[in-house]
Amino acid sequence: MSAATDKTASAVGKQGGGLYDWFRKRFPWDQMMDEHVTGYYAPKNFNWWYVFGSLALLALIIQIVTGLWLTMSYKPSAEEAFASVEYIMRDVEWGWLIRYMHSTGASMFFVVVYIHMFRALLYGSYQKPRELIWIFGMLIYLAMSAEAFFGYLLPWGQMSYWGAQVIVSLFGALPVIGDPLVEWIRGDYFISDVTLNRFFALHVIALPLVLLGLVVAHILALHEVGSNNPDGVEIKNHKGPDGRPLDGIPFHPYHTAKDVPAWVVFAMVFAAIVFFAPEMGGFFLEHANFEPADRLKTPEHIAPVWYFTPFYAILRAVPDKLGGVLAMGAAMFMLFLLPWLDRSPVRSIRYKGPLFKLALALFVVSFVMLGWLGLQPATGLYTTLARVFTVIYFLFFLLMPIYSKIDKTKTPPERITYHG
Amino acid sequence: MARRIPLLFLAALLAAPGFASAAAPAVPLDAAGVDVGNSASLQRGDSLYMHYCLGCHSLQYVRYNTLAEGLGLTDEQVAENLRFTGDSPHDMIRIAMPAADAAGWFGLAPPDLSLIARSRGNDYVYTFLRSFYADPAQRATGTNNKVLVGTAMPHVLWELQGLQEAVYRSETGPDGSTREVFDRFELVKPGSMTPAEFDQAARDITAFLAWAAEPMQLKRQRLGIWVLLFLSVLFVFSYLYYKELWKDVK
Repeated sequence: MSAATDKTASAVGKQGGGLYDWFRKRFPWDQMMDEHVTGYYAPKNFNWWYVFGSLALLALIIQIVTGLWLTMSYKPSAEEAFASVEYIMRDVEWGWLIRYMHSTGASMFFVVVYIHMFRALLYGSYQKPRELIWIFGMLIYLAMSAEAFFGYLLPWGQMSYWGAQVIVSLFGALPVIGDPLVEWIRGDYFISDVTLNRFFALHVIALPLVLLGLVVAHILALHEVGSNNPDGVEIKNHKGPDGRPLDGIPFHPYHTAKDVPAWVVFAMVFAAIVFFAPEMGGFFLEHANFEPADRLKTPEHIAPVWYFTPFYAILRAVPDKLGGVLAMGAAMFMLFLLPWLDRSPVRSIRYKGPLFKLALALFVVSFVMLGWLGLQPATGLYTTLARVFTVIYFLFFLLMPIYSKIDKTKTPPERITYHG
Repeated sequence: MARRIPLLFLAALLAAPGFASAAAPAVPLDAAGVDVGNSASLQRGDSLYMHYCLGCHSLQYVRYNTLAEGLGLTDEQVAENLRFTGDSPHDMIRIAMPAADAAGWFGLAPPDLSLIARSRGNDYVYTFLRSFYADPAQRATGTNNKVLVGTAMPHVLWELQGLQEAVYRSETGPDGSTREVFDRFELVKPGSMTPAEFDQAARDITAFLAWAAEPMQLKRQRLGIWVLLFLSVLFVFSYLYYKELWKDVK
């Protein structure tokens, strides 16, 4: 902070005029840059797991920009929506590219965010004093789930329609208020033009604003307490004479220069999908969604898009509908509690004991398996497996206060270490 | 009022078997093996489509001039040989049959096929075209289809393929009971094409529909190669810059 003021003062003293100078006398530009970019010291020992935060930001930007252009040609009406998407795909100049970037971007956003969250699990980035960063992050995850859900109705294909039908009807499981609530959400007795219009409004205005606000809060909270790192040690405990952490390095240009090649690799994966496999075998664009929505024709098999399937599998694992909805809600809620469930004296997986490592491995296996099971029909063996993995999912959280406490941890180093 | 919805579902389920569009095929699908880059195949498929399919099935998201461009034809060639509906090259490929009449005749308006290759897949289209067989139980058309059992669609390509019958064989289940299962088709009345020629015709129509489902797909792939090449170069430079900047950081 003081460094920033000094810089501003000296800069003003050196160059008496100019538009830039006029501007920064009226706007805390230098101070902002210093606090969040050039003067934000992040640990030097970040590994490649740490690029996924900035990749998530890139994914958000891609969604906002492509979404803006899609909105210019899309028609949010039950009569015209499906045809307007095909119009974008076929007749709008570069429309197909913009649309594929948006559909691919939605899935890639979730890929990146799931990895980003897993990184936090690996290195204990949710632990004190970073609980609020984690909470804001979880709220971002919830908001982007809502955003993805609203957006998925807009192409008005069969899977859009019946997916929305299934998810909205979940609220009907609530006692007493269930049915009126479902009707209130849809604005009609079934998913209709009214529903499409309000989902469009929520998708292009409400949720993006919420998301942006939460992203700002997430980053502000991060910059307040400072980034964690793969060793889970506090770099602020060892500062140099200039007050900067010895194990830290300015975010810009150092970490940004490290992020750029990661952005390019991400862009390559992204481009490979957009240009060579935009449907990703039916995972990013479901085949049934190339058929226009038909209220009178229920598809044989309704599955949500892949990023919701772990929670969908948990929903179906419970025989009772209300119980299933509550279990799904609880599965989300558990993640919010993580900072208070982990009683381990160390943060990073590098110094945690075998119990935590085993629990995390089981959790990852069960999350992936639930994701796969959510795509399968809920019959026989699949349901049994879904129940087993649902139990493991919850035990990971519920038993965490015990196994994280009794685990044999190693002593973390005082300062950061380097690998490779 | 919310009670009406389960009724709607029920109605949908009861209505479904007649035109069982969502039902799983009764036969495994054969690999279509189409090549959307083969414009001769696309042109043959287009010609077959315009003469045999377009009577009932529109391609309402495809324009005639898109067709000309994609198949390597001129607008004039399309106008003379292929444009049976529509006045201008910018028109969509529609049909003359009113949907309400069609629903009356067939029980269901024949679907638009612009996206059928994407919603069901090439193999589905290819196998469907080759799986019509004589079935007296289908009173309206006299034919049935193993891919879309109970379809209201008549075997439009019969004069090309001829007529085939389904041959069944007995199979003994694990519990000792025997049941009849579909074995193969047998051509009982040859058409104007040999079976191999007809397979190729079906493949051509499938290729044409695969193209129509995404007319920009070849352009997309060509562009993708350049994008990836550019990004590879960008990666090398951005990585070297990162290495250079970080070489003294410890």
